[in-house]
Amino acid sequence: MTLWEKMKASPVLGGKEGVIGLAVLAAVIFVILPLSVDIFRLNLIGKYLTYAFVAVGLVMLWGHGGILSLGQGIFFGLGGYAMAMFLKLEASDPESTKIQSTPGIPDFMDWNQLTALPWFWEPFKSLPFTLIAVLTIPALFAYIIGYAMFKRRVGGVYFSIITQAIALILSILIVGQQGYTGGVNGMTDLRTMLGWDIRSDSAKYILYFVNGLLLFGAIFLSKYIMSSKFGMLLLAMRDKEERVRFSGYDVSNFKIFIFCLAAMMSAVGGAMFTLQVGFMSPSFVGIVPSIEMVIFCAVGGRASLIGAVYGTLLVNYGKTVFSETYPELWLFLMGGLFISVVMFFPNGLAGIWDKLATKYGWFKDKAEVAKKPEVSTSGVEAQVVLTETTETMLAADSTNTATKAPRKRASKKDTGLESSKMRGAEA
Amino acid sequence: MSNTDFVLAVEDLTVSFDGFKAVDSLTMYIDKNELRVLVGPNGAGKTTVLDLICGKTKSTAGSIKFNNTELTKLSEHEIVRSGVGRKFQNPSIYENLTVYQNLEVSYPKGRGVFGSLTFKRTQEVEDRVRKVAADIMLTEFLDMESALLSHGQKQWLEIGMLLMQEPELLMLDEPVAGMSAKERDQTADLLNRICQNRSVIVIEHDMEFVKKIAHKVTVLHQGKILAEGPMEKVQADEKVIEVYLGH
Repeated sequence: MTLWEKMKASPVLGGKEGVIGLAVLAAVIFVILPLSVDIFRLNLIGKYLTYAFVAVGLVMLWGHGGILSLGQGIFFGLGGYAMAMFLKLEASDPESTKIQSTPGIPDFMDWNQLTALPWFWEPFKSLPFTLIAVLTIPALFAYIIGYAMFKRRVGGVYFSIITQAIALILSILIVGQQGYTGGVNGMTDLRTMLGWDIRSDSAKYILYFVNGLLLFGAIFLSKYIMSSKFGMLLLAMRDKEERVRFSGYDVSNFKIFIFCLAAMMSAVGGAMFTLQVGFMSPSFVGIVPSIEMVIFCAVGGRASLIGAVYGTLLVNYGKTVFSETYPELWLFLMGGLFISVVMFFPNGLAGIWDKLATKYGWFKDKAEVAKKPEVSTSGVEAQVVLTETTETMLAADSTNTATKAPRKRASKKDTGLESSKMRGAEA
Repeated sequence: MSNTDFVLAVEDLTVSFDGFKAVDSLTMYIDKNELRVLVGPNGAGKTTVLDLICGKTKSTAGSIKFNNTELTKLSEHEIVRSGVGRKFQNPSIYENLTVYQNLEVSYPKGRGVFGSLTFKRTQEVEDRVRKVAADIMLTEFLDMESALLSHGQKQWLEIGMLLMQEPELLMLDEPVAGMSAKERDQTADLLNRICQNRSVIVIEHDMEFVKKIAHKVTVLHQGKILAEGPMEKVQADEKVIEVYLGH
């Protein structure tokens, strides 16, 4: 087998369409964008792509698992703050802070009359500790939230509201504890990482590519999980949670795991945000950013990993363009966008793409046609897709698989009619 | 309570919802390889009995022993893992998965988080899915989105999902509701086949269907047992005719 055939056959990558989708995204992120825009714009795109980590996590959590978290900003912020604490300490060496009354501590601590570094800041002098903290602190926090809620079977809208409340509490806490966190301004004036100037153009290029690679790592990990039995169970739980429970699964453990994983991905995004943008503030933790991140995911298509990345890029591009010209209109536009996506395109950009691809028969190997391309659509939509698929197939040619499918549908109708007649007769 | 030879021993089982006793001091024993049918008017507590056995509802008093293991203290997934399968009244299948995937997900391996991440579709799984699919007459629909199945086929699929787990005790809540006459006959055959190696409890209203499958019938009324025994005996019982069969 050639590499191409191997990739096409891999269930993890999602067939021909999946491989092409990934290749196009890789080309856009690693080749087209770096060659076509200047470093200022590229850095901006890099910033958008850090939100894509959150969106990818939400695709698994919300799109596949049906768990809508309106508090992913919590984990984005925790990751971002952990990284910011390390950079801030490095920027606050005694030499450059000698005009402070206590040199060697971050400037905002000095302004708030702190005279020593708080104990929980100490370990963030070490980069390895910081990197571990970026991953483990949000995961631990997510575990505690998840355990408390999912074990008690709190779900649906209650879960969403509670995550939102926690996001609010955390942002208020950060603002209120100015001496420890930098307050409403956040942690600014971050300069170097182990002596490497992160504000230079070359550093920005490198960070952009590191960010892109990490994002692809997150996508591959998610694809692996989605293609495993775990992924199937997530879909099953979204549909019929009771049935999964009464098939011998402890549903809460699965929810806790996926919530923790989505939290870790968000945190990596947060840490990369801090590195690329050079600061971290509570405005990326609270309710508004958390909801914005859900919108990125919804616009891209909440069930599509790659769609989520495009959705994030597109909405943020729109935000930048619009808020430069009509800043006051942007929030309304964003709200309208969310409503129209939910009402008219429940599967977002990816859904529109799938419909087009099905209609014009792109990416279709003949044998694949009988199977459904996306596992994520609901029953009614699935029926539409199947009808469309068989129609295009019949138009193209009439292989065995193509003629078999409509026959099944016809027989299905018959039995349905028969049983409804039976019910009528009984009544 | 002492140990017994029965697969399922329910003794003095009571559940009360705000003082209303939906099941009242119920005692019932199910043998190995027995197919028992629960009948009774609406609100008699039939579904509640199944809910209590599978752990969906917690009992107020009494005991449920499955192979001499007390079930009332176990959580739902532990009860399932000990060998009890439950089919719900409305077909409860994963509509966005294919028939194959529905069966595969129900295979009793890889039930933990990490087990499910590393679960592989082995030949054993493949064989089992095909065997069960043949049993439930859905072999040619394996690759079909299960949302597109007919109502009766969905009922069969859910039974198949339970068979994947090879439960020792299978509980079916109205398995032929909404089925055509032909489908009812096929289901009766299916039930007679699958109770060869296990015990089955069925809730059913259709007395013709009950006649075809039941080894023994238990009639429930207001949370209590009104009559129990072979179909002919129960049908001749005056109390049963009065409260249930008479109208």
